[in-house]
Amino acid sequence: MARIRLRYYALLREQAGRNEELVNTAAGDAAGLYDELAARHGFSLGRTQLKVAVNAEFADWSRPLADGDEVVFIPPVAGG
Amino acid sequence: MSAFEFLRKPLDPAALGAALADVAAGGFVSFEGWVRNENDGREVLRLDYEAFEELAVKEGASIVAEAIERFGVRGAHCVHRLGELGLGELAVWVGVASGHRAEAFAACRYIIDEVKHRVPIWKKEHYRDGDSGWVNCERCAEAAHQHHDHR
Repeated sequence: MARIRLRYYALLREQAGRNEELVNTAAGDAAGLYDELAARHGFSLGRTQLKVAVNAEFADWSRPLADGDEVVFIPPVAGG
Repeated sequence: MSAFEFLRKPLDPAALGAALADVAAGGFVSFEGWVRNENDGREVLRLDYEAFEELAVKEGASIVAEAIERFGVRGAHCVHRLGELGLGELAVWVGVASGHRAEAFAACRYIIDEVKHRVPIWKKEHYRDGDSGWVNCERCAEAAHQHHDHR
């Protein structure tokens, strides 16, 4: 089990009903963690529509998670 | 100053442009993104911007550095607002100073286009009819539920 800190933004923040949370997960990678949390919080966005950042760097979905990692799922962006 | 910044108060384009002053620059190009009163046929009253700031400032600074390197311009800067903005407010400002105008136009275009696609910033529109929505997200979600491709 890894202890992961999540921070949520925009649509995911509203759907999760929180800005951040700590979770203990058996998911081996970021993709598995998203699937787990999407089921828990009812996220409407599919994983293929998102990017993921680990420790404030863009990361691959297959990146293994380590205890203490900070993960942010990034919905489609809309700056400008 | 950092090449890419966020501000929670109104932007001052004159001051931002003055900060790029350079006697070796023969041209200066800026782009201003303003809050528009409609999107996709819906009347917009105001916007909220939020960002994953820690990553956004790094990605934004990379984009400005890429533009300087790729087009050989002398200086460039991008500033984006966060928080609640009303109609007509300046949401994003890009400025480029260059020896000649062609590179300045090209670099300015590159920066705003890449910022819109790559930097983790989100925009929530509030509509006249009382509804609101995250731009690029709500339809995405509908499309996913209907198993349609999204673009």
